[in-house]
Order: sequence, then C-alpha cells, then structure tokens
Amino acid sequence: MADAVPVVMTVNGQSRKAQVEARKTLADFLREDCGLTGTHLGCEHGVCGACTVLVDGDAVRACLLFAVQAEGAAVTTIEGLTPGDGTLSPVQEAFREAHGLQCGFCTPGFVVSVTAFLRDHPNPTDDEIREGLSGNLCRCTGYQGIVNAVRLAAGENLTPASTIV
Amino acid sequence: MKPAPFEYHAPERVADAAVLLNQFGDEAKVLAGGQSLVPIMALRLARFEHVVDLNRVDELRGIERTNGTVRIGAMTRQADIERDPTVADAVPLLAKATPFIGHFQIRNRGTIGGSLAHADPAAEYPAVAVALDAEFEVTNPGGTRAVPADEFFVSTFMTALDTDDVLSAVRFPVWNGRRGFAVEEVARRFGDFALTGAVCGVELGDDDKVARSAIGMFGMGSTPLRATEAEAAMAGISVTGLDLEEVGRAAAAQTDPPDDIHASAAYRRSVGAVVVARALRRAIEEARNG
Repeated sequence: MADAVPVVMTVNGQSRKAQVEARKTLADFLREDCGLTGTHLGCEHGVCGACTVLVDGDAVRACLLFAVQAEGAAVTTIEGLTPGDGTLSPVQEAFREAHGLQCGFCTPGFVVSVTAFLRDHPNPTDDEIREGLSGNLCRCTGYQGIVNAVRLAAGENLTPASTIV
Repeated sequence: MKPAPFEYHAPERVADAAVLLNQFGDEAKVLAGGQSLVPIMALRLARFEHVVDLNRVDELRGIERTNGTVRIGAMTRQADIERDPTVADAVPLLAKATPFIGHFQIRNRGTIGGSLAHADPAAEYPAVAVALDAEFEVTNPGGTRAVPADEFFVSTFMTALDTDDVLSAVRFPVWNGRRGFAVEEVARRFGDFALTGAVCGVELGDDDKVARSAIGMFGMGSTPLRATEAEAAMAGISVTGLDLEEVGRAAAAQTDPPDDIHASAAYRRSVGAVVVARALRRAIEEARNG
C-alpha cells in the first residue's frame, strides 16, 4: 500500500493536520479525520452534489478532490456556514421556511452550493436559480420548494460574502 | 476510499511533470481538474501506480492574447475561462461553449487541458478546438512541440499525447471582422454530455457573403468532427441565399455517429443536422448585427 502523506489545511477556520493515504478524498478526510459528518456522500463520483464544500471560496465536489490536493487550502463545510450559536444560517433558514427539504440527505450540498451561488448572483432570475441548482440532486422535494428557498434567501439578500469563512 | 492506492506526485514545474511521466511510463497518469479522472478511479474503471497532479504548476495557468492568438494554459479552470473578458472578446465561441460543461461546481475545478486531453467525443471544448483550428502545445522531457487540433484527437478518449507528454497550453486563432458564433446541443438533462451538438463560426464580407465558416460537431463520431464539405459549400455564398437546413444535412451526412442506449445513429444524424442549422443561423445573425 502507498505510504501516508502529511496534509495541512484550514477547515472552518481551524488548522487541521493529518497523515492520509493519497487516495483519500477530501470528503472522506472531512468526515473521518475531522469528524465533520455534515458533508454527505451520495454517489461518490461527482454526480449528486451532496458532498459540495467550499475550497478557497469555490463550491466544489469534495468526492472529486483528494485530501492531499487541498494542502494549504481553506475549506468551508456546512458546519462552517452556521453561526455556531445553534441558530441557522440565512440560507438554511430559507430552506426551512420554504420547505426546501424532506429527508435532508442532499441538503448540506444544496446549502453550500446556494450560499456560493447567491454570493456570485445576489439577484438571480428564476432561470439562473435553476441553472445554479442543476448540479445538486434531490430525490424527495421535486425541487419546487428548493427553488422557492433560493428565491426567499435572495429576496432577503441574506448571504453577505462575509459570512463565508 | 474507493480508488485503488497510488503514489502521489505534485510537481511545481511542467518540466518536472514531464520527467516524472517519462520515469513511470504508462504506470502514471496526469491529474488535472479531476472531474472525469477521479470518477473513473472511484469506479475502478482504471487504476494507476502513480498520479502526477498538475494543480501546483502555476506556469500552466493563464490567458494571454498576442499577435492574433489567444494562448490558454492547460490548467486554466473552465470557470476562469467563462468569466474572462479576453476570451469573451477574442474567442467568443470558447466563452459560449463553457456554460454547457457540467455545472458551476464542476467548472470551478475542471480545466481546459483536462477536457481536451480526456478527449470525450461528446465534450464541447474538443469540438471548439477542432472548429477553430486551435494549436496544442505539448511538452515532454525533450522540449515543446505544436500539434494541430485535427491531429490531436485520435479516437474516443485517445489523443496524440504520448505517455511522457504534458499538454501545456492551447492557442486559438482570433477571428476579426463581421463574425458570429453559436453553440447548440441536445442533451437529456441540462449539464449532461450532449447526444449531439454543434459549434459554429461565420465571418461575413461587407457584401454579406460568407468569407469564412467553421462547423464543429460533437457526439457524432469517435472524435469531434469538422464539416469541411459543408463549409466549402458555403464559401462565397450570400447568406440570404443559403439553405441552412441543407447545409446541416450535408454536415451530418459526412458523419458515422454512434448507436447506443441514449440515441440511435439515425437519430443523431437527424438531430445533428438540425443543431448545425440552428447554430449557423444564430452565428449569421450575430455576424450581421454585431
């Protein structure tokens, strides 16, 4: 077996250091080495978007990046988007309000993607919202509630970039 | 962990990457954006003893315009190409094709060099490169050579790259004058690889006659295709007198598209003709109004 490789990165503002196998994905590193199980793994080959995290501010699939590739990067997971005092982030609040989730498995990926999307498109059209959501799959809601949640979050201009660690 | 174990290499110079590839031969694989390669590894469709990651090679990133050419480093991300003003102005076809690739999360990692070297026959960038006569810069331990786009794509997922070659950059010629470009594709879902698609460029003279045209088709064969006969038939013809449906049919007639569970060859040929005609119509409109 290939030797473990040292990796250092910042996760939700906190420095993380570990020895990992090169083949370990960032998603597995976050879940297993950091204990941050909010990042969900659905398909594990880049289709479903459940594992979406921010790497240096960009929304990416954590299952398509090896942990060693994130050396020196700043990673933000769903846990890092919440205020930490038990309240919800503005995007999470909008998902709750608009019934943007049912079972909740896909929700962390949606919330991370939507947080980045609204930062880059503060006043999206419906077409832009649907295009922005197209990289995340949900098998329960039928998406209408999710589209409404994004409209709600955008309308209230709830996502200042400063909330992203 | 789903991929098979491998040894990881992260060179910081392209020359060092080429040396590593030369040393490990076909036991090594280049990792660019990873948006196609990592799924292949996760599904164990392929396994490699050595992975050479180009993400630390800064000299492979960047977009520069010089002397009628736009040179894009192979590790430039699709998201950066999508919002780059130089690309939008000088190589509009590339800018227009970019939003069709995957989803924004994919384009944040995916690179132009990765898309081209992966050589999926249904992908957009290879078709743009073939349509615009792009030139590929290929580096190996012996130096750098130029490969024209029509020699680069050999077959499905196969290119002219040898085991110790690194695709380092791609150069697109800049079209000037009264030009228009358009992309049309048919996919089962937004962001999927296309069943068939067309990328077209048209340059018109002051008399509205076709001075230059480019028709690239994807999903229509084992490589991206250029409809050279259809282009030749348009040369010098006034756009008002062109039967674009006929041009589309002529373009599709040159192809031998694949038959699979998503679409039959006959369906691809039929739809392929339509997407070429639509793309040409929009390109001509842009050239006349722009």
